[in-house]
Amino acid sequence: MRNIDVLRFAIGAAAGSPLRTLLSMLAMSIGVAAVVVLTALGDGARRYVIDQFSSLGTNLVIVLPGRSATGGFSPANVVTQTPRDLTVDDARAVLRAPAVLRAAPVSVGNAELTVGGKLRATIIVGTVAGYLDMRRFELAQGSFLPEEDWSHGSPVMVIGGKVRRELFGAEPAIGRLVRAGDRRFRVIGVLATSGMGLGMNTDELAFVPVSIAQQMFNTNTLFRIIVEARHRDAIAAAKAQAQAIIKARHEGEEDVTVITQDAVLATFDRVLGTLTVGVAGIAAISLAVAGILVMNVMLVSVTQRTAEIGLLKALGGTQAAIRSAFLTEAALLSAFGALLGYALGLAGAAVLRYLYPTFPAYPPDWAVLAGLGTALATGLVFGVMPARRAARLDPVVALAKR
Amino acid sequence: MTSVNDALIDLSGVERVFHLGDSEVHALHELDLGIARGEYVAVMGPSGSGKSTLLNLVGLLDRPTAGRYLLEGRDVTTLSAEEQARVRSHRIGFVFQSFHLVPRLTAAENIALPMMLAGIAPKERATRVAQALKDYGLADRAHHRPEQLSGGQRQRVAIARATIMRPALILADEPTGNLDRATGEEVVRLLEELNARGVTLIIVTHDHALGARARRRVLMQDGAVLRDEVSAVIR
Repeated sequence: MRNIDVLRFAIGAAAGSPLRTLLSMLAMSIGVAAVVVLTALGDGARRYVIDQFSSLGTNLVIVLPGRSATGGFSPANVVTQTPRDLTVDDARAVLRAPAVLRAAPVSVGNAELTVGGKLRATIIVGTVAGYLDMRRFELAQGSFLPEEDWSHGSPVMVIGGKVRRELFGAEPAIGRLVRAGDRRFRVIGVLATSGMGLGMNTDELAFVPVSIAQQMFNTNTLFRIIVEARHRDAIAAAKAQAQAIIKARHEGEEDVTVITQDAVLATFDRVLGTLTVGVAGIAAISLAVAGILVMNVMLVSVTQRTAEIGLLKALGGTQAAIRSAFLTEAALLSAFGALLGYALGLAGAAVLRYLYPTFPAYPPDWAVLAGLGTALATGLVFGVMPARRAARLDPVVALAKR
Repeated sequence: MTSVNDALIDLSGVERVFHLGDSEVHALHELDLGIARGEYVAVMGPSGSGKSTLLNLVGLLDRPTAGRYLLEGRDVTTLSAEEQARVRSHRIGFVFQSFHLVPRLTAAENIALPMMLAGIAPKERATRVAQALKDYGLADRAHHRPEQLSGGQRQRVAIARATIMRPALILADEPTGNLDRATGEEVVRLLEELNARGVTLIIVTHDHALGARARRRVLMQDGAVLRDEVSAVIR
């Protein structure tokens, strides 16, 4: 039997019972669509986080107080307590490192801002002038914190777009006085609205000089020192030098953790990549179910077409020809189901992107290939049994059936 | 009787035993039968006499439990399933009582089925199908499905299909059983015309009128040949 005839015969057989064919194709397509949509979600989450991290700025090295035993980044580092404070003087010392272009101490706390009876709880970030450029923030009005002695800051404040809207409404904010706790600050700048920045929405922050923030929160230790390397290749050197300088200043004890943005990115990439694979695995179960359904459909088809199979044998059809005809039919059901599912999945991902424009829900290529491949493979594997059963039918018994 | 050299079919000492539960059923028992090229044989007998089993054995759809079967001088019982399929494809044509047309295929496609299974090129197939449709008066029914055809037309499609590979032997199992007398007459005439052109024809039937038309009648009972008679009158 010629290959083209096998194909045509299989198409004819599949088209001969449209409902059965449609149902098994539907099952297969739901499986593939599930893989495509779920991996699009997982990979979209990964890309979203990576994009957000990248928007923090480039060539950044972050110094955290406390030491994790294993090194690298883990959420535990963020809350680890240190026996020795990470101070503004440490930040100033890091500036001496040859690979370091800029450094900014960061202190963080909560305070209530009040203006003319309006009150808003806000996260106060204490930092210095250089922070603006390191984080690539844009100003909408006024100026950022002035260049001045890090230990003696002026009582000025730069606020995020949302804080400005909620405290001042349509009134001008620049030059106005804001009360935070028992202190008063003059607003000198408003940040441009930038959207989400990894959990910390800059629109809802207020920036003050680091020395004042430390007084407000009655602490000497910093939340972070953000260090910018001179260029991409200097990141490793900047990390080593910053670590060495702080170690020397802390009586030779390594009680800080220095991480690079790359390490953070790599960790998130790995975590969310694994999540995507896991989700794809769950979706693949539906493909296996679809494969079993295709097998059922083919078995029913063999039973219903017993007389036809007997006839084909009487007319000189070999076992090989009958086997390949049924196998081809199973493969066709799987292939067209898979393609239909791929189209459905892409449509689903497109709907997701339409509903959440900032979320890059594109299915990764490997998931698409794996989904289509698994669909075809399960279709073929589960098609073998019915095809063999058809080929082995006793022609006398098969012909007698009608 | 015919000489051995001339024999198309030579069965000797053929047994076919079926196992039904604990009991053994001897469908064929020590059967000897020789059929020469070009013969017209009616195999007759009551139900259960073994005539269908004989037809299945001769058509290579079934294997004897014991005994020897030479087809065109060649022992075909030892052939593999695939080799037997090839013999069926090129040497044997089947006509069934219930026509056995594939319902989703048109008349032309049903006729072309044996050629498709044999791997004959589509162009050659089209020419031969067109000729067969014309020969059997089905030219205007080429693209009809079996359900759109009358019983006589269906059996004509089945005969066209059985002859499309130009076999040496046609096996017909009650070919008129599902047809009215006039239509059955017409179908038998077609088969006899084929026989007149040299094709060996074996018809299984228990219709005596039909059996009487054959030059040779093999009467079976309990799995063996009870009587084997050749008409004196040559039509």
